[in-house]
Amino acid sequence: MKRIGVFICHCGINIKGTVDVERLTEELAQYPGVAYIENYIFMCSEPGQKLIRDTIIEHKLDGVVVAACSPTLHETTFQDALEEMNINRHQLEVANIREQCSWVHDDIEEGTRKANLIIKTAVEKLKLNESLTPIFASLTKRVLIIGGGIAGIQAALDIADGGYEVILVEKEPSIGGHMIQLSETFPTLDCSQCIMTPKMVAVNKHKNIKLYANSELESIEGFVGNFKVNIKRKPQYVDPDKCTICDDCTPVCPVVVPSEYDEGMGWRKAIYIPFPQSIPATFTIDTENCLGFNPIACTKCSDACEPDAIDYDKKPEYFEEEIGAVIVATGFDLYSVDNMAEYGYGKYPDVLDGLQFERILSATGPTGGEMYRPSDGKVPKEIVFIQCSGSRDPERHLPYCSRICCMYTLKHAKLYKHKVHDGQPYIFYIDIRSGGKRYEEFVQQAVSEDGIVYFRGKVARIYKEADKMIVHGIDTLTSKKIEIKADMVVLAMGIKPNNSAEKVISNLKLNTDENGFLIEAHPKLRPVESLQSGFYLAGTAQGPKDIPDTVSQASAAAAKVLALLSNDEISHSPIVAIVNEELCSGCGICVSTCPYGARELDEIKKIATVNDVLCEGCGACISVCPSSAAQQKNLTDEQILNMVKIYSYL
Amino acid sequence: MKEYKPKIVCFLCKWCTSAGADLAGTSRLKYPSSILPIRVMCSSRIDPMFVVKAFLNGADGVFIGGCHPGDCHYHEGNYHTRRRFAMLIKVFNTLGLESKRLKLSWISASEGTKFAKVSNEYTEEIKNYGENPSKWNVFL
Repeated sequence: MKRIGVFICHCGINIKGTVDVERLTEELAQYPGVAYIENYIFMCSEPGQKLIRDTIIEHKLDGVVVAACSPTLHETTFQDALEEMNINRHQLEVANIREQCSWVHDDIEEGTRKANLIIKTAVEKLKLNESLTPIFASLTKRVLIIGGGIAGIQAALDIADGGYEVILVEKEPSIGGHMIQLSETFPTLDCSQCIMTPKMVAVNKHKNIKLYANSELESIEGFVGNFKVNIKRKPQYVDPDKCTICDDCTPVCPVVVPSEYDEGMGWRKAIYIPFPQSIPATFTIDTENCLGFNPIACTKCSDACEPDAIDYDKKPEYFEEEIGAVIVATGFDLYSVDNMAEYGYGKYPDVLDGLQFERILSATGPTGGEMYRPSDGKVPKEIVFIQCSGSRDPERHLPYCSRICCMYTLKHAKLYKHKVHDGQPYIFYIDIRSGGKRYEEFVQQAVSEDGIVYFRGKVARIYKEADKMIVHGIDTLTSKKIEIKADMVVLAMGIKPNNSAEKVISNLKLNTDENGFLIEAHPKLRPVESLQSGFYLAGTAQGPKDIPDTVSQASAAAAKVLALLSNDEISHSPIVAIVNEELCSGCGICVSTCPYGARELDEIKKIATVNDVLCEGCGACISVCPSSAAQQKNLTDEQILNMVKIYSYL
Repeated sequence: MKEYKPKIVCFLCKWCTSAGADLAGTSRLKYPSSILPIRVMCSSRIDPMFVVKAFLNGADGVFIGGCHPGDCHYHEGNYHTRRRFAMLIKVFNTLGLESKRLKLSWISASEGTKFAKVSNEYTEEIKNYGENPSKWNVFL
């Protein structure tokens, strides 16, 4: 019989607090198969791992159960420790007695009893574990990046510079994301477009980057190292190879719609280039508003186009690409201001959200960077900024802190003051969170030099009187009511995952948290990887963050991908299906059940087979097998039934 | 009298419900220790035989947790589970086992709160039914 060592972790007091580890050690010492048992304060520490390694030699162990935190956290740590001692990594089982036991129970009796059972199931499973070697498969040395904002651009450039090919997919007609909309960036106040456009051009020019703009991911199949993706390029109706960007088309277009780039603060035509520095630099026709799809109604742009670049009959194109890894950089959108009826957004044209104000500040914006308010074009003399609009409000809005609003509001107030010297900015805040490099200095300088007035408190109501916005709020530091007759109000809306992200994420089968942000493999130690191998996270798709953090994370994700692609082969989990040829009747039910095409009928032997490389180890084919010929390696029916027995026997 | 503590065998899929259970732990939510977890790769791995055996061995309830329809890590595994569960209820009724003691729930990796809620409610439910009589009455 296998000699099994059981190691119970205290995890400081995280486990020990509700599980009597000493009693557990005594109780389980007698359990059949347990050759050695020990408890230790931190099993994952080097002394903890050394304890395992030493005991393996001393007590001639063939298998190890570590009773500790969730296997998602340290399974590989302990597997590596076993491998160092020349014990197969599949002779390790982790009993999850922290997340699924000590942390969810208060009573030490209950916790100890349950931990005892959980450890026994792990021992029972381990008794029948086979030693397995990883399955090796080839690796496609290309990466798909979804999202062409600053995160996607940075990751694409880093990987392309590393010598690997990048497929960059952006849903909008131009890359650039939200960063290209910004006027200046905090805390240095350097011009966002000036630092962004060189990177966009670099993407366009890089020989290793293939850009699909105005495109979406249709489908993905395969596994890490060997994905096949289908990309849909939506028709732009303008041939980018013929288009000379002469701009003869827009003056003749009769359709005027609010510009997305200017957040509705400016206008564009139905044929348009999103902004002058767009990459790819070409025009796009907006199908929803263009009249040209009915040739009788309008063909004005086509008539004006000298190089004859416009084709109204263009259809979506589909492209197959083979890739080895995916970086998800789908970014954010502002929390919709439509949810903030109490602040009069939509009713009063002078109540704006952060990105709209950003466009008014921007030199490429609708006002050319001059400070005019939308309703009547007057220069606003008093502006109220409201921080945490829709953030940190679990009852009604977003529960979390969006991390950037404190700083961008301050930047707005500062830039406003630089444009309107006699103007007065007021900021309502709950807290000022300035936890970045040089952020606190930025705050202090703004307060002392720019005369920005801060009120700690929330705004209750905004209404219009004559041409003024009357803002009613409270200053909780002085307990006084505040009433300001403002010319303009800017809501510092929080950020949430991009509106398009849900579709992408469900296509990729990735996990999100309760707010829709992607979940990382470990909140601290594996922040740019997904638990699903081959998928990496960059930027605000993973959680709210500012530009420096986004760029750092994108580069980190790129480094992870470069490490993956530098291998010539990829190892694939050997926890796959196996067929007992004696029992298989060749009925083929498993073949139709397998979602990966990993099961096939051997026409000569008349039995079902498993393609190890394609098998993802879900086990769906095992439970449909009428003769129990199919089994899952190291998770056989017998193993599961033995675990069930531990739990259900009297 | 000692309080009756049911034994509920829980089959949790690795990608969604087990991760959801981990989140319940990380969030320090509380639920009864009657919830006894077995992690499988996918809910479609759960052979109806496991459920029947659990009952005959004396479990008071069996809980199966998988990803929400459409979210299965393996594309369609939870659809198999859904159909199999419907069949299982029929089999239970035919065998004279109490099908009300079975539960299937879709809990995603982000739904730690839901995992704790379902665990609490389901334990209460099973407590109300009392001990599983099939461990004495059914012979197969």
